[in-house]
Order: sequence, then C-alpha cells, then structure tokens
Amino acid sequence: MNLTLKVWRQKNSQTPGKFVTYKAEEISPDMSFLEMLDVVNEKLVKTQEDPIQFDHDCREGICGMCSLMINGEPHGPKRATTTCQLHMRSFKDGETIVIEPWRAAAFPVVKDLAVDRSAFDRIQQAGGYVSVGTGGVPDANEILIPKTIADEAFNSATCIGCGACVAACKNASAMLFVSAKVSQYAMLPQGQTERYERAKAMVNQMDDEGFGSCTNTYACEAQCPKEIKVTNIARMNREYFNAEFIKG
Amino acid sequence: MSNFSKTFSSTLGKKLIMCLTGLFLCSFLIIHLIGNFQLFKDDAGLAFNEYAYFMTNFAPIKVVSYLLYLSILVHTIWAIILTQKNKAARPVPYAKKAGNGSIWSSRNMGILGTMIFIFIVVHMSNFWYNYHWGTTPYIEYRTDLNTGITQVKELTEAEFTGHVSYVENGVQIIKAKDLYKAVAFSFQQLWIVALYVVAMAALAFHLLHGFQSAFQTLGWNHSKYRPLINFLGVWVFSVLVPIGFAAMPLYFFFK
Ligand code: HEM
Ligand code: SF4
Ligand code: FES
Repeated sequence: MNLTLKVWRQKNSQTPGKFVTYKAEEISPDMSFLEMLDVVNEKLVKTQEDPIQFDHDCREGICGMCSLMINGEPHGPKRATTTCQLHMRSFKDGETIVIEPWRAAAFPVVKDLAVDRSAFDRIQQAGGYVSVGTGGVPDANEILIPKTIADEAFNSATCIGCGACVAACKNASAMLFVSAKVSQYAMLPQGQTERYERAKAMVNQMDDEGFGSCTNTYACEAQCPKEIKVTNIARMNREYFNAEFIKG
Repeated sequence: MSNFSKTFSSTLGKKLIMCLTGLFLCSFLIIHLIGNFQLFKDDAGLAFNEYAYFMTNFAPIKVVSYLLYLSILVHTIWAIILTQKNKAARPVPYAKKAGNGSIWSSRNMGILGTMIFIFIVVHMSNFWYNYHWGTTPYIEYRTDLNTGITQVKELTEAEFTGHVSYVENGVQIIKAKDLYKAVAFSFQQLWIVALYVVAMAALAFHLLHGFQSAFQTLGWNHSKYRPLINFLGVWVFSVLVPIGFAAMPLYFFFK
C-alpha cells in the first residue's frame, strides 16, 4: 500500500506545531498502524531527519500508552481497538491519513504526537486506591463477591487509561476514565473504606487538571478501545452526589 | 453553606444545576401545553382568558412562576459558564473533525439553547409583558345560564374596571383582559409564526438530547428505567410537546 500522511510535528510544548506531509510507501496491509509509522521513521532516520515521536509500549492493546487521533477518531476507525492493534487493512491504498495528538489543555504536547497524560496519574493518586490490612497473606476467596458484581467491577477495571475518551469528547472531559476508576472500587467490598472520600477527591482532582465537563454526548463510550460504558459516569455521579449531600 | 457552594462549583455540581433547572422547565412545558390547548376552543377566548387570569393571580402559581423565571436565567447563565469552560479545555482544535458516535443535538446544545432563549424573550415581551404592564384589549362575556348562549362585547379601557365574574338575573357576566385576542392578532404575522415554528424545532432537538441527559447527570441510568426515559424524551418531549406548541400559531395563521 502507498499512503500520504499528514502528521502533526511540534518540537515541544512551547513551540507552535504544524502539519508535515510524508509518503508511506510499500506498506503491508498486515502491519499495525505503529509499524507503519516505524517504517516512515526508519526512512527519516536514514535521511538524518528527526523521527516522528509517538507513544507506545506493549503493542498488544493492554498498556494504554499508544494514542493518536487518526482522521478525527481516537485510535482510528476501528471500534474497540487500540492504535497498536489497528491494521493497515482498515485503510484504502492511496488514502491520505491525518494524524494528530490528543488535544486537551490537560494533556500538553510533549513532542509531535506524544502528550503528557500525567494528569490521569494524579487523579489516580488522589483516590484510586484501597486500604488493606498488613497482616499475613489473606486467603484468596475469603471475601465472597457475587459473580455479576465481580464481572461488572472487572469490566470497569479494564480501562487502560489511554485518554481516548478525553480525545473523543468535544469538551475534553475525563469523566469516562475517572468514572471507570471510581466504579471499579465502589462496587467491591474492598473499596468501601474510602468509598465517598474517593469520589470527592478524584472529581476534585479532575477539575483541578482542567478537563471539561461532561455533556453526555457519549462519544467517549463509542471510542473507548475497552468499551467502558457511560453507566459508569452515572454511577460516579451518584457516588459524588451521595458523598456531597448525604454521606459527607 | 460554604460547603454547598463548593459542591455546586465543581463540574458535577454545575451539571446538577443544569439538570435540575432543565427538568423543572420540562415539567413546566407540560403544564403550559395543556393549559394553552384552550386556545383551540372556539369560544371567543372565554376559557383561555379565565385560565390566564387564574395563572397570573393565584398565589401558589405566582410563586412557581417566579421560580420558573429564575430557572430560565440560571439555566442560561450556567450554560454559558459551562460552555466557556468546555471550550477552554481544548484550546487547540482538531484539524480533522468527526462526530465520534455522538448525536448532532448533543454537540449543539448551546446553539439550540440560544435559539430557545431568543424565542423566550420575544414570547415574553409579546404576551407576558403586555398582559401585565402593556396594553391588551378588554372583553365582556354575558352567558345566559338558561340557554347557555354567550354574547361577547369588546370593552374600552375606560369601561374595564378590573377582572370580574358574577351572576346577575341568571346571566353570568365576566369582564377580562382579552389575551386570546392579543394571541390571535400576533399569530396573524408571518414572522412571529415562523419564529415560533423554528424555535419549537430547536426545542425538539434540545430535548431529544437534554431529557435523557438529565437523568444520566442525576446518576439515574439503569437498564430498567432507560427505555422509559428514552421513550418519554423522544416521543413526549421532542415530538408531542414541540408539535403541540407549534400547532397554536399555525392554527391562528391559517384559521
Ligand atoms: C424551555 C426551555 C428549556 C428546557 C426545557 C431545557 C432543558 C434542558 C435539559 C433537560 C438539559 C439537560 C441537562 C443535563 O444534561 O443534565 C439541558 C441542557 C442544556 N441546556 Fe437547556 N433547556 C431549555 C432552555 C435552554 C436555554 C434558553 C439555554 C441557553 C441559552 C439552554 C442551554 C443548554 C445547554 C448548553 C445544555 C447542555 C449543558 C450541559 O450538558 O452541560 N437551554 N436543557
Ligand atoms: S475509559 Fe476507555 S478511552 Fe478512557 S482512558 Fe479508559 S480505556 Fe481509554
Ligand atoms: S501500545 Fe500498549 S495499548 Fe497500544
């Protein structure tokens, strides 16, 4: 396949960026999107040019490091798929592909397509943890949890913190991410100790980081590679209002 | 108190304000629609004028109406605050834009709301302001209680000494401000009719997203109730209500 790429190039967060056009030639349809960028970068390195910076780590859809706004869609056109798992067969030969970084005040560009997502870490640190006893190792199945609840909590916990929800949202709101993190603990007995403090602390940190507010467009759910549901957002709202008006 | 103001200044708190004022306005729309259906009665406005008098003079309803004006203002001001904040959250826009699976009205609540707000201003200055402080025509209804036949007479400002309703020699006499006539007159003008119809289309799209959105904001998103909420949002609030209201100016225009 031969493709034309319009890639956002930006030296650092202080310098303004611009689009630069590259040719991606002789690309196999079985390559992943990141491998396609690797091919382009190899050529750039050979000609002594600065390679395109982009985030990645596991390349198997579990770490949440890869990102990229591909033709206006986070992680590209395929649903429930991270950019590292997206194959070039999802594109047409000769196509022009626009590649941009996640755009949000809370996610400043580090370089080119790589953005700083440490805002998510700080939200996690604010309340995304549980207290545990420090005695001997507890028996694995000591606490009984109904299967349906365990499944539901697990579904929320599959959020990989990639930030596609923020990227997709017209308000750059982080509600889907934060609500998944609040939910995974709120449903389990282990999460009860800090239950309401957690909802307050994580929402407040989210606000401090400068994310927008949710208008329930549900673009996040449609674009989440892990198919996190917006029912998590409703749950987080309940947790937060409970914490503020009833339990707090 | 300071705790409450902190709660309401968070993004979720601001959303809660939008949601509660929005739902209050939704409940008002239903009452307003049912009341205004009396415009379709062919009784020279007797029922409608009595209803208008009752709504503006019955104390509990007066209290609710002030709450309503406040809700419109708060809903609008908070909408502006939230929209500004959301714009600031993405200072650099995308070059390539996609809907990303969201419906059009959910992305255009601000524009739709602004259209509704312009409508509300015109609507209130047309009818509400004139009814209270401006000039309205006056009317007298004389209903013979034996035959049920009503005679109608226009009153001059000098003849009208305030709203009255009494029975004299088997004849019920009602003197009232004739809001019905003011309405019928307004709805002869094409631009007003057009404004009303367009505004009701905006309302339809605003509530297509807004009604169900409010329940999501409240945290009431459950597989048991979702279908009912979606049904009400689509068929009652974005079809029935706007069509009902839009039918009124069209009825008078083509009558
Ligand atoms: C009859 C009049 C109106 C009704 C019944 C109404 C109803 C609603 C409802 C139910 C919501 C959803 C709240 C939520 O998502 O939690 C909403 C949202 C919204 N309304 Fe209205 N509204 C009206 C007028 C207006 C006006 C006049 C404006 C602005 C000029 C406006 C702007 C907005 C905006 C921007 C939102 C989205 C806010 C957000 O989700 O953060 N609305 N409205
Ligand atoms: S909710 Fe989905 S889109 Fe958002 S950070 Fe988690 S995995 Fe990524
Ligand atoms: S690189 Fe780890 S999820 Fe894509």
